Amino acid sequence: MKPAAFDYVRAESLDEALDVLRSEGGDARIIAGGQSLMPMLNMRLAKPRVLVDIMRLKELHRIEPRQDKIAVGAAIRQAELLEWPSLDRDLKLVSLALPWTGHVQTRSRGTICGSIAHADPSAEMPLVLLALGGEIVLLSARKRRRVAARDFFRGMMATDRDDDELIEAVEFPTSNGNRCAFREVARRHGDFAIVACAAVATDRGVRLAVGGVADTPIARDFDALEGSALTDALNAFAYDLDARNDLHTTARYRRDLVRMIGRELIEAVTR
Amino acid sequence: MTRMSAEQRHQIRLVLNGNRVDRVCEPRMLLSDFIRHEIGATGTHVGCEHGVCGACTVVVDGRPARACLTLALQVEGCEVRTVESLADQQGRLGVLQSAFQRNHALQCGFCTAGILMSLDALLARCAQADEAEIRDVLTGHLCRCTGYAPIIKAALEAAAEMRGEVDREAVDA
Repeated sequence: MKPAAFDYVRAESLDEALDVLRSEGGDARIIAGGQSLMPMLNMRLAKPRVLVDIMRLKELHRIEPRQDKIAVGAAIRQAELLEWPSLDRDLKLVSLALPWTGHVQTRSRGTICGSIAHADPSAEMPLVLLALGGEIVLLSARKRRRVAARDFFRGMMATDRDDDELIEAVEFPTSNGNRCAFREVARRHGDFAIVACAAVATDRGVRLAVGGVADTPIARDFDALEGSALTDALNAFAYDLDARNDLHTTARYRRDLVRMIGRELIEAVTR
Repeated sequence: MTRMSAEQRHQIRLVLNGNRVDRVCEPRMLLSDFIRHEIGATGTHVGCEHGVCGACTVVVDGRPARACLTLALQVEGCEVRTVESLADQQGRLGVLQSAFQRNHALQCGFCTAGILMSLDALLARCAQADEAEIRDVLTGHLCRCTGYAPIIKAALEAAAEMRGEVDREAVDA
């Protein structure tokens, strides 16, 4: 339960951090808040040769409202975003979901971008970013690129990030405004989600995103918003998520939750 | 750029319970082990070592944090407080500790240091904290003895005392 040995770089500039990633590739890992990475190091599920600490980089420590989105830098801790004064108004879905991310003791160190990079299938921030149609800004010594959340999450803890890239920021769109809802079922508040759902009103209906069931969060647009058409659409979605039995609960219970919470949230945002 | 090699020990400076600390440690050393083994302050307990149980919770720059999910080198320049900071120089228990004692909010005591630090951070930020907020903080801790009810009672009592709402007669410990 102690990490294997690694070198440690306290990056003093973004170029330094990118330089290490370029030369070490997959043997290097970025550490920000460490609340996902440290358990993996302690259990030796990850044994990087070098850790690059990016938390001293001022350019990553920013919450930046832009025209129709808000960029959250890689050094912004979850607790900091929760305390950001405009959160309720500008990023309502994040304000609803973030209190469900870990516990106060982990949110005080864990970062938003770290949660996205870790890509746990039951995590709230990947789910919210997907539901809102947000983007991930990836940076390497070669280039900067943007990837849509729907293309970024590839599988369980697998993402589109290349070995020499770090997440510079994630961008949450603000255009869908306040018509959104979130609900999660877990054994205890703060535990990993059995099922987590986020709904956002769109031009054509409602986008419903579900986490905790498939290998990644999955979003689907619903245009039938009531009656048996909605029941059928939710049922099809619940089955398409390919829920499995595990030690927490059954696949059937997960499908039940998707149908029940899905309807509740869709009704809440269309009311 | 300074790359701190895995095999060597590197300088780490922080303020621990009000005292300047200037030591060396390997990059892989956890903050929990640094506090216990390098400093010798064994009030901070180590339970699961992967962030689930909350026993090792300390306060870093005013916020509660898992010492087992923090590398010592990450808190360079930070202010860290542990359970040793709660009693005064004469060893008299702090407000929260006294309330725990009065309410039997611990049995074996293994989880207690972490819970005290989480609640101390909460009440330092917000002495108005209500039961819901206290319960929310406690979701980050496991206690297998008390059933949590006496812990919540003690925390509410300590909060009231910090707000000056309780005029308690001095009681010999």
